[in-house]
Amino acid sequence: MPKPKVAFYWCASCGGCEEAVVDLAEKVLDVVAAVDIVFWPVALDFKKADVEAMPDKSIAVTFVNGAIRLSDQEEMVKLLRRKSQILIAFGACAQLGGIPGLANLWDRASIFDWYYRAAPSVAAKDAGTPPRVKVTVPEGELELPAFWDTVKTLDQVVEVDYTIPGCPPTPKLLGAAVEAILAGNLPPKETVLAGTKSLCHECRLNDTKPEKMLLKDLKRITEIRLDPEKCHLAQGILCLGPVTRGGCEALCIEGHMPCTGCFGPLDQTADFGGKAVSFLASIVDVNDEAEAKKILDKVADPTGIVYRYSLARSRLGRKRMEVKA
Amino acid sequence: MSRQVVIDPITRLEGHGRIAIFLDDKGEVQRAYFQIPELRGFEKFLVGRRAEDAPQITSRICGVCPTAHHMAATKALDDLYHVEPTETAKKLREMLYSIFMLEDHALHLFFLGGPDFVVGPTAPKAERNVLGVIQKAGLEVGKRVIAMRKELRGLIQELGGRVIHPVFGLPGGVAKPLSEEARQRFEEVARRGLDFAVFCEGLFEEVVLKNKAYVDAIVSDAYTHRTYYAGLVDAQGRENFYDGQIRVVDPSGKEFAKFPARDYLKHLEEHVEPWTYVKFLYLKAKGWHGFTDGPESGIYSVAPLARLNAASGVATPRAQDLYRRYFETFGGRPVHHTLANHWARVIEIVYAAERFLELASDPAVANPDIRRMPTATPTEGIAAVEAPRGILIHHYTSDERGILTSANLLVATQHNAARIAMSVDKAARATIHGGVVDDGMLNQVEMAFRAYDPCHACATHSLPGSAPLKVQIFGPSGELIRTIVRGSGT
Repeated sequence: MPKPKVAFYWCASCGGCEEAVVDLAEKVLDVVAAVDIVFWPVALDFKKADVEAMPDKSIAVTFVNGAIRLSDQEEMVKLLRRKSQILIAFGACAQLGGIPGLANLWDRASIFDWYYRAAPSVAAKDAGTPPRVKVTVPEGELELPAFWDTVKTLDQVVEVDYTIPGCPPTPKLLGAAVEAILAGNLPPKETVLAGTKSLCHECRLNDTKPEKMLLKDLKRITEIRLDPEKCHLAQGILCLGPVTRGGCEALCIEGHMPCTGCFGPLDQTADFGGKAVSFLASIVDVNDEAEAKKILDKVADPTGIVYRYSLARSRLGRKRMEVKA
Repeated sequence: MSRQVVIDPITRLEGHGRIAIFLDDKGEVQRAYFQIPELRGFEKFLVGRRAEDAPQITSRICGVCPTAHHMAATKALDDLYHVEPTETAKKLREMLYSIFMLEDHALHLFFLGGPDFVVGPTAPKAERNVLGVIQKAGLEVGKRVIAMRKELRGLIQELGGRVIHPVFGLPGGVAKPLSEEARQRFEEVARRGLDFAVFCEGLFEEVVLKNKAYVDAIVSDAYTHRTYYAGLVDAQGRENFYDGQIRVVDPSGKEFAKFPARDYLKHLEEHVEPWTYVKFLYLKAKGWHGFTDGPESGIYSVAPLARLNAASGVATPRAQDLYRRYFETFGGRPVHHTLANHWARVIEIVYAAERFLELASDPAVANPDIRRMPTATPTEGIAAVEAPRGILIHHYTSDERGILTSANLLVATQHNAARIAMSVDKAARATIHGGVVDDGMLNQVEMAFRAYDPCHACATHSLPGSAPLKVQIFGPSGELIRTIVRGSGT
């Protein structure tokens, strides 16, 4: 039997998802032996033309990490979708937009203005002449890909069959997914290949979580010495474990820090940030508006906390763009 | 009528790095442009975030060197909150950082740049990767590399919570202490780490330094630029990854400037070109005079070659011996040969391992006082570390609640961007004549930029150590005459 053909591709990402693959360590060699990798730009030199030449649906599984930021990324994932039987969103950026998706709080013009004009280290004589998509140099013309106003998730561009969440996914989850693929043992489509319960269920501090959580105050990590043996929420630290999908092995908790939600929402949740805010409202024990405001001030940056990884995937998607007359 | 050659390198179908070469009528190179078509806008979307989240947000700039951004941001938070970390915290941070430098540099040696040398620059592409290294050096060596990397990264995860995107740093300290039991385990691994570093040193010596062809390539003019160099040094002027002042030496090796990260704006400035998204750093006192080297140009370089050039020594004994021998071999400091970065990196592997062992052997790292709580009003914070690929500066301002109001990040590859652009241009000019673009030219260009281990949002971290390259040659009326594809997978 021929080995299944597998492809990897990356879009707007940091390379951490690629490192997660390398972190399979000795298992990497087993994977390489069991499948036929037909496309992996970070590692192997097969070109877009090679993919174009393949029959449709001839790739068994394609893993895509990173958010969609540039036009050529969109073209590439559409091509890979056509050629693949199964397309997997790998990691928080592909699934939810990830941290690069926070750029949706701004737009191209404001990002360029800071980076190429206002930043304190930019030379005064260069300020205000940002890079352009087409530029004429003495020898000819050079091109750059356009920088979009809005970051998109993979499933906002193409149909996605499965998701492996996390920033980045753990080698264990990747290994399990690869085994399921090789055994032809994949669950129903659209399954998120991680835990089905919230992080609290695998957190060793869950026993110390009060039955009924009611908080008079919230704390920032700069104000408190966390007791690593006690539920962080119970100490007033905004830990997103209760609304976050499990499967990460509670790594941040083991690092004595709260969950920031990189594994994204549970199955029943449409909007992670909305769910997180409603959860927060349910545990805050206040009687009047003044107290509520005091607590909300402690949250300080609600958008950056509840939508840290999922702004692009949220119902709002981005900050409202100014409509030009 | 000029012709244009576009090299779409490395991974780039979506493009994080591209080389465009313009030829004149005679087929000679007019100019080679190295473009970075990538930007994500971190500086802008950090505005409005809680300051304490910066170490976790900025680590997402790079998943290969997340610890560098994490640590630079953490140190900037110390400054922003005006809080001095406890001695234990400083030691734990530097220890974690040394482990990171050791495993990251080893990754480069075996997976990225090393295959050029270990397997050989003229070996078939299919062998010029980590598997080729294993084949040449033996399966046992391969297993040892993989096991060592896994063990070191396991320690980073144990102490830092996660290895990719750690959750370790807090203003004034760190989140997690090291128990005495764990310290002893860390110390044991550190001993193996040092054995491993010595093994890397021996392998490099055997395969590279004893091979005249490689040494000739290192010192050849095609890979040489006489620029300024910058690196962090301690109070004695010795190389340091975690802390110190930024020392700049001129092309003759003389100290040109020495300053704390806090003063970076007095000394460094960014130049914007309209054809690339990367900004080019240069020395403000010399000014920007285009892509040219020499003492009158403000262009400088960072990363292993530059760090050794900028430092008067290395703080650990074995690495110091290697430092001495390195400069003796090249006839003194500074060394201007880009490919000497590989040797310098091996010396730093030994330094990182020795420093890790020193710190892990110190019972004080297991003290419980890992945090000093910030009490002052946050204002502005600036700090620098040495990322594997060179100086990394984070600069934040905040309101009195510790909500960020601005962020300015000078990443390692920006310091090197101008010199990399020159290296690529020089390699193209040296090898393309009469319109003939052959495999040898691609090899030179590829080796020129891989020596820097450039990190354009990790785009150039090509796992098998072989950056696939594509050259398209267009005729005067734009027709495709020829395509050369060179890669590791075929």
